[in-house]
Amino acid sequence: MMREYKNKENVQKKSYYTDRYWVAPRVPTFDPATDEEFNSVVASLKGKFSINEAYIQLKHLVIYINPEDNKAVLQYLHEELGYGRLMEMSAIDWLAKSGEFEIFYEMLNVDKAKRIRVKCYIKEDQAIESVQDIFRLANFAEREMFDMFGVKVNNHPFMKRILMPDDWQGYPLRKTYPLQGDEAASWYEVDKIFGKEARDIIGPEIRDSAMIDRYDSERFARLGHEVAFGSDVSEVKTDQGYQEDGGVFLVRKLHKDDTKTITDRDR
Amino acid sequence: MAQHKVNFSENGGLPVALTTVDKLVNWGRSNSLWALTYGLACCGIEMMATGASRYDFDRFGTIFRASPRQAEVMVVAGTLTKKHAEFIRRLYDQMAEPKWVISMGSCANTGGMFNTYATVQGADRVIPVDLYLPGCAPRPETLQYALMMLQKKIRSEKAGKAQRPKRLV
Repeated sequence: MMREYKNKENVQKKSYYTDRYWVAPRVPTFDPATDEEFNSVVASLKGKFSINEAYIQLKHLVIYINPEDNKAVLQYLHEELGYGRLMEMSAIDWLAKSGEFEIFYEMLNVDKAKRIRVKCYIKEDQAIESVQDIFRLANFAEREMFDMFGVKVNNHPFMKRILMPDDWQGYPLRKTYPLQGDEAASWYEVDKIFGKEARDIIGPEIRDSAMIDRYDSERFARLGHEVAFGSDVSEVKTDQGYQEDGGVFLVRKLHKDDTKTITDRDR
Repeated sequence: MAQHKVNFSENGGLPVALTTVDKLVNWGRSNSLWALTYGLACCGIEMMATGASRYDFDRFGTIFRASPRQAEVMVVAGTLTKKHAEFIRRLYDQMAEPKWVISMGSCANTGGMFNTYATVQGADRVIPVDLYLPGCAPRPETLQYALMMLQKKIRSEKAGKAQRPKRLV
């Protein structure tokens, strides 16, 4: 069973419906000079590193740096400017648009309640320097970034997949990765446990969640009318009780006719 | 006749019960189903509730064990991920014969709402399942019903026979 080949090169460019008059809403951006704190941050960073772009968006300062500077910039923000927390970091897949990953670091200054987002672009096969010896969070976050996007990180002490199994193929959060898994993913457990020979016995995964067939006793059952696996539903008596008709040893069978329904609640 | 002497010949008072070996063995098996603790997700909460005092699995002779060597029924309660699939197979292989599997809840039955790359689409792709228990999550009464149905299934089996090959053996 081979999955039908589909070209996923332009999967992001397609859309089902386009409104000619629809204009994508833009989050307004502001000049960093409008904020006193952010202005001084940008000014002090500009003396040491090259800043490609800087603006304020939703009260965050967003700065774009060169990917080679990432560790030095974060170190500087951490030690000199008081941005002592790395809240989050990960990657964004822009491979279809420009062949690049966007790496972001979300920083927080607790004293001043200010947030900075440091961003940089790297090519698909380009590695980025680890920041895990400055921020402990980066240890797991960089492993997850590697696991989900395939971004390689230099000088990480334990560069290994964190969520998916070690022998997993592909990077699930890339936009070219199908949600229901590629060929390797759909046979992963079968290949690993039983070997590839068992694919024919076990068969492909059934992914159609809307399919219901009450007469298919191999895959469907009705509560109270269960039958043996694969038997013909139309011929056998399907009404099931949890005991045989004669009862079992030490347990008397409950007959519905023998029961008494109490209608008077104040009896 | 002494007061406490049993009169064997009177009104069928023989202290003897006649039965078959099958029935005797299956009576023992079906009333001492020790379950492997296998809560994988939210169904595991319902499984725990079924084992706890209100629903009280102990009265069926079902006691949760932490070791597959001591268990004979595996209640797969929750979402089975592809990463975990090899471990559930290993634990199933470690259980001693005869053994049974209850697949509890939609996720263990078919993958349920997790129609994604990381979820096994039904535990029966990995281990043979005896009972599929629908629900998301099934109520404790439903798990009790499943257990009683499994007891009924065990009573209908031959005791001495080797385990019938199920799917995927």
